Amino acid sequence: MSAYLSIRNLSVSLRGGTRILRNVSLEVSASQVHGLVGESGAGKSMIGKAVLGTLPRGLNITGGQIWLDGVDLMTLPPKQLRAKIGATAALIPQDPMTALNPSKRIGPQITRRLVDILGWTNARADARALALLGEVQIPDPARVMRSYPHELSGGMRQRVLIASAFAAEPKLIIADEPTTALDVMVQKQILKLIAQMQAMHGTALLFVTHDLGVVSKVCDTLSVLYAGKVVEEANMRRFFMRPIHPYSRALLAATPSYKDPTGSLTPVPDAVIAQVERDIAQHDTRNSA
Amino acid sequence: MRDARANLRRPLGLRLWLSGGWLTLLVIGAVFAPLIAPQDPLAQDLFAGRLPPFWADGAQPGYWLGTDSLGRDVLSRMLYAARLALIVAIVAGTLTCLIGASLGLIAGFYRGWPDMIISRFIDIWMAFPPVLFAILLIAVLGTGLTSIIIAIVVIDWTRFARVVRAEAMSQSAMDYVASAQVSGRTQFSTMLTEILPNVAPTILILLTLEMGIAVIVEAILSFVNLSISTDSPTWGGMIAEGRTSVHQAWWVLVFPLIALFLTVLSFSQFGEGLKDRFDPVLR
Repeated sequence: MSAYLSIRNLSVSLRGGTRILRNVSLEVSASQVHGLVGESGAGKSMIGKAVLGTLPRGLNITGGQIWLDGVDLMTLPPKQLRAKIGATAALIPQDPMTALNPSKRIGPQITRRLVDILGWTNARADARALALLGEVQIPDPARVMRSYPHELSGGMRQRVLIASAFAAEPKLIIADEPTTALDVMVQKQILKLIAQMQAMHGTALLFVTHDLGVVSKVCDTLSVLYAGKVVEEANMRRFFMRPIHPYSRALLAATPSYKDPTGSLTPVPDAVIAQVERDIAQHDTRNSA
Repeated sequence: MRDARANLRRPLGLRLWLSGGWLTLLVIGAVFAPLIAPQDPLAQDLFAGRLPPFWADGAQPGYWLGTDSLGRDVLSRMLYAARLALIVAIVAGTLTCLIGASLGLIAGFYRGWPDMIISRFIDIWMAFPPVLFAILLIAVLGTGLTSIIIAIVVIDWTRFARVVRAEAMSQSAMDYVASAQVSGRTQFSTMLTEILPNVAPTILILLTLEMGIAVIVEAILSFVNLSISTDSPTWGGMIAEGRTSVHQAWWVLVFPLIALFLTVLSFSQFGEGLKDRFDPVLR
């Protein structure tokens, strides 16, 4: 079992110097699902964006390495970098409503990657796209291929995006809160589908979410992020049995449970936050010194 | 599964019919002007000066919309003027669109220094009073059809650049653009294949609007006698001439004015109608 994606001491900062990610390290092994949890603004999406080279304007990688499939991405020139990422990684985005080009039919949006990256013929790519749409349980795939995005529901679009992410058989898929924009019933189906597809294709999956319930269902290992710093890295069993970091424990205590639906939820205590903030301040002074 | 709106038959709409109808009429009139026009547009006949339109007392057959003070037939002159108006509308409108939209697209998609340069240019450009700017340009370039077209392009590209830039910026923020980037596309090809099709409806509307504006600008310049040489009739020139004799022969002023008004209105309404009809996203 080798680490397929390995992030070492990655730091990302805003142009003014504000730190977004602080020496983040994590590994995703082949055919493993690694969860990335944290509250809003913790920087979990930014890790995915840094890997895929789609960081928003003004954010820059200021240190560290990203090893993808045995290559350090930071050392590649821009053109090869794009080709490498295109050939080995894919994204399942958060909001299916904006992730498909509204002026193009579904079919070409899936086959484009196959033609671009793998150099397939259109006919072969079409056949593959049709098969994939079947795999993600879309009824009447032939018709969906000819549809425009606005003709599909949110759940349908997310299925299309999943099919499209798996199309070129990438070895790594980054799912950036893939169920957040969907309603609860659809969420469950989509989650199941992603897990199925991942198992079937043996892809390494980096699953970004703020929902510990979701993590417990699909992930093998996870990292807990707070203010751009990994506070705990663990495998699932250990994390839910014995969380080590006080912030992780507080996070778990703040999650509703099926077993005790009437039990009250504990918000993350101020003392825990204060301690984490102190740690981070220390970390920052150590690094700037 | 299929969106209900997709099955909804959208009727062509009165707006598209009316504006399209007027523009078609105009194109036919302009193209076949030599065949349709009852008189030579330049022929003067001082004995037939200021004849009223056909329904009024004293009208003469063959001069449907009357004559001006030099005895030239108003209808014939309007038909020939429509040729110039349409040429200006189409050529100047298209050129303005090409230049303005390209710059706006680049500024909005690439941001950074290209945006800085283009946006500052737009700001400076828009600070000039447009009509004075046009008059100045014509004075430098000399009168003539080409000068008019150049003047319109130079003045009006900012209209496209501004709007297309804003639209390109909002489209660039969408996830599908990031997806295209992840799949190994170059920036340039992303701009052309992902962004451009989605700003195209906006560009189309602006183009039709711009065609109307080009007609107006040409009329304004004709009005101040800075358009095409005085012997080729233009609506603006006719309005200018009609103004001096409006109390004796109102028709010399009013008919070109109506044509101008209908044309400009039709261009803008035609664009709106097309958008309603063909925009797949129904924004």
